[in-house]
Amino acid sequence: MNAPHLSPNAAGIPAMSQPIVRFTDVTKRYGNLTVLNHLNLEVAAGEKVAIIGPSGSGKSTLLRALMTLEDIDEGVIEVDDQPLTHMPGRDGRLVRASAGHQRKVRGKIGMVFQSFNLFPHMNAMQNVIEAPVQVLGMNKREASERARELLDMVGLGAKLEHYPSQLSGGQQQRVAIARALAMRPKVMLFDEVTSALDPELCGEVLNVIRRLGSEHKLTMLMVTHQMGFAREFADRVCFFHQGCIHEQGTPAELFGNPQQERTQSFLSAVNEAH
Amino acid sequence: MNFFDWQFAWSILPQLLQASLNTLLITFGGFAIAIVLGLFLAIARRSRQVWISWPATGLIEFIRSTPLLIQVYFLFYVFPNYGISLTALQAGILGIALHYACYTAEVYRAGLDAVPRAQWEAVTALNLSPLSAYRNIILPQALRPILPALGNYLVAMLKDTPVLSAITVVEIMQQAKNIGSESFRYLEPITMVGLFFLLLSLGLAWCVRRLEDRMEEAPR
Repeated sequence: MNAPHLSPNAAGIPAMSQPIVRFTDVTKRYGNLTVLNHLNLEVAAGEKVAIIGPSGSGKSTLLRALMTLEDIDEGVIEVDDQPLTHMPGRDGRLVRASAGHQRKVRGKIGMVFQSFNLFPHMNAMQNVIEAPVQVLGMNKREASERARELLDMVGLGAKLEHYPSQLSGGQQQRVAIARALAMRPKVMLFDEVTSALDPELCGEVLNVIRRLGSEHKLTMLMVTHQMGFAREFADRVCFFHQGCIHEQGTPAELFGNPQQERTQSFLSAVNEAH
Repeated sequence: MNFFDWQFAWSILPQLLQASLNTLLITFGGFAIAIVLGLFLAIARRSRQVWISWPATGLIEFIRSTPLLIQVYFLFYVFPNYGISLTALQAGILGIALHYACYTAEVYRAGLDAVPRAQWEAVTALNLSPLSAYRNIILPQALRPILPALGNYLVAMLKDTPVLSAITVVEIMQQAKNIGSESFRYLEPITMVGLFFLLLSLGLAWCVRRLEDRMEEAPR
């Protein structure tokens, strides 16, 4: 990994107050394939950002790098003004972060996956209380009460004892959302959370995310193929192409009047498919 | 022609039963150590730190590539030269435990590899510590498919206990040989020892199957 340097503001990104997530010149390669290419992105606290783009454009890698599921090759990722991928070394320069440092900073982020990733040997309640008890040190009773509230909120108050195999895909995804929220994250990442669901089950998951957006001051980054939802829900839409943000703007700007040819062709292809 | 003498068999039964306690102690004591040590070896072998993974890999390959008999000889006859003196029973239990720990480590490795990558990612996303992750999330999922293989090693370990007679451990087979050499009758003691192993092996296999069934019934 190259020695990274922090830049106060990345070029080409609209100025904003208090970014809670900042990618500075981040590059990720798989062999010869560059998946993130000197990416710069800042997300303000409370902002809802939808990330769209063709397959292989680096959308999911962005979220995975933010959750430290992928190591980056260059650049720095910061969360809440703390470097996530690096930490200050003895001479003040940033060095690669230790696992302990990453765990500390990563605690501010929650993630919901495309394939739910629930623990199959635990019921809905156990899935939700596991991390608060083990990581936050909550007692079981307190964690259970909170889990009950969260599962109620996602409409699964009657399914507390159900195991993932006894739930539909949409229900599993809602448990996964409750599980991530139980850790009280400041930033929530949604990685194509409806892609593995039947169309009729997408609605129930998107409704939960809508409620989260309106009732909580969460920062959200969402990789999605649901253009209608991105348009209605997001404060900003970023179009990814070849590992960097090709075009971004408000939903009205990006969907109503895309400036770049690649964005236009992508959106028209998506529109034709629907 | 030498026929089975029931009266003689009855008379040697207490001696054989007494020795069978050692066989059971070696089997269950050794297995308890092996399944714990094997787990640590498997986790160590998966470590990203080469100073942890290489010694673990080296030990596993070394033990798996050399006979149990040589290993217990080393523990019992060679180690005292370096100030480590073990009784025959201690050396036997330790030797068989270490030997089977290296086999169970490979079984654990297969089980851990079979846990979907998505589960590890969920563990990271929830910020669980490695200890919590292994104990509560990964191992319960890894154990289910490897239970039959672990059960097989328990039975194999039981059947390997006669090897320890080579370092003077008086387990049931050694006792049978002692009785034979004193009475010049081998038919009864050896037959009885064979039956003992047969019944115990079948019993253990049945217990493992019951355990598998119970795990099968649990939701997943």
